[in-house]
Amino acid sequence: MLIDKGTFVRIRRTLLQPSERAENLPEDTKNVPLKMWVKGRLLEESELFDYAHIETVTGRKEYGRVKEVEPPYKHGFGDYVEEIMTIRQIVLNDMYGGESDE
Amino acid sequence: MTCMVVSQMSKTYHEIMNDKRRIMKESVGIDYEGYEFEGIGFDYEKMMSDQGYPISKIRDIQRKNMVGDTPLIELHNLTKYARKYAKKGYGARIFLKDEAANLSGSYKARRAALSVYKAKELGYKGVIAATSGNYGAAVAALAAKEGLKCIIVQETFDSNNVSQPEILEKARKCESYGAEVVQLSVGPELFYTFLKLLDETKYFNASLYSPYGVNGVETLGFEIAEEMMNKEGKYPEAVIVTNAGGGNLTGTARGLKRAGASKTRIIGCSVDLYGLHMASDKDFNRKSFTTGHTGFGIPFTTFPDRSDVPRSAARPLRYMDRYLTMNQGSVFFITETLALLEGMERGPAGNTSLAAAFALAKEMKEDEIIVVQETEYTGAGKHIQPQLSFAKKNGIELLFGNPLEEKPGTNIIFPENGSYIAYKEIDLGILRTSYMKHIDTGSLSEQDKEFLMQELGVDRKTLLEYI
Repeated sequence: MLIDKGTFVRIRRTLLQPSERAENLPEDTKNVPLKMWVKGRLLEESELFDYAHIETVTGRKEYGRVKEVEPPYKHGFGDYVEEIMTIRQIVLNDMYGGESDE
Repeated sequence: MTCMVVSQMSKTYHEIMNDKRRIMKESVGIDYEGYEFEGIGFDYEKMMSDQGYPISKIRDIQRKNMVGDTPLIELHNLTKYARKYAKKGYGARIFLKDEAANLSGSYKARRAALSVYKAKELGYKGVIAATSGNYGAAVAALAAKEGLKCIIVQETFDSNNVSQPEILEKARKCESYGAEVVQLSVGPELFYTFLKLLDETKYFNASLYSPYGVNGVETLGFEIAEEMMNKEGKYPEAVIVTNAGGGNLTGTARGLKRAGASKTRIIGCSVDLYGLHMASDKDFNRKSFTTGHTGFGIPFTTFPDRSDVPRSAARPLRYMDRYLTMNQGSVFFITETLALLEGMERGPAGNTSLAAAFALAKEMKEDEIIVVQETEYTGAGKHIQPQLSFAKKNGIELLFGNPLEEKPGTNIIFPENGSYIAYKEIDLGILRTSYMKHIDTGSLSEQDKEFLMQELGVDRKTLLEYI
């Protein structure tokens, strides 16, 4: 998929390979690379997953693999959690449980 | 191609780390060396008074930015709830400072207001802060108001590209104020990226640990003292502060003292994350709190100068009378209670000290007052529901029972009922001993000893026991 110059994208770049990471890290962290994600506008046409340059909102130039086009926000309020209903029941019972309905 | 890029990067890594002192000095606008004593100490109070502002000036800066003067509310229903488990004559009145009312939704705006003001005054074109929390949003909002550029550096993803929903929300909020957000995978090398950005942009380091970053919180303590005296004719018996990097506790305590509330007890509190390693890729998404926890609270209390400036202005051990921990389940429980009984939906992390206040109130007399000094905004991602839903997806078991038996990273235990809400106490003696491990006690001068007495908050006799 060819992405137009000027499109708002998210890029990712590896900053440090596992062998280059700081000392005194736990093994699980030491075994994986340090990566960076930044958003900005493409300074050149690019294929998805190719390396490209972008300009960020502060005007900095960055370089990395194009991971997402027009990146969305995907966080929300999550799934239904039954335990929250239980907490509510406990609190209301603690507070008003002994009193009769009026 | 990739290899070439990487080898260039690693060279830069060492260059940058070796150039740390210069970059820091240029980006904070403070000559820290001028405050150093011979030996181990430095002139903390001189640094704070030279670089800080009087309360009237801080208030002026904050008021112009819609920061401060937040409501201090008595939580009648929560107090009534806590009293159900107190013996006769006990159950302190619980008050809450609704810091969510600040610009950007947390008390961090107090700190950001001063940092950004200073950056503007010193002529910097932009500000940078390394934070995954509310401080990022606060710096971004204040920078937007002052017309400065802003970059926030966040530790965001584990190696599977998965992030805490709370951190994703903070990124969104920063971007809504026009800031650039640089997101990284887990690891302390975030500091390298942070330094590199400071060096590249020549922006101001809006550090949480600078004198301004702590000075800005003093109004919070000051307002509590002033308002309590006006309303109740006395200062509160205790103020409880959620503790991570130490600035919240330090600033609040200093503000209370400035107002004259010298007898108010300062109680620190953190979410108990014992057993989870803060630099671990695997542990990163097994916790439900990204700040206000022991993973920051303990190391920053016992070694404040581990921060991103040469001398941290946040020195909690100087001011702390007690240090408590709460489990994750109790903080979530009290977050839901606050919504149900008081109609206040506020973010979970900021309610850490509220959960502890619920437990502490039972031990205090009913005419005594305990003030919980912050709340934070809540929303998509940073809310009990997405955070618990995320925990479940990461294999964390949600249970009801005795919260003191919670195993961080394995389960979250909610109290079976209100009577189970309890804190654990951290012995300040252990923290002081741990602080002293960073000190070479071989040849301490008189000035060194004076410094250590202040640092540990102890008298000479006690200090000698630690030496």
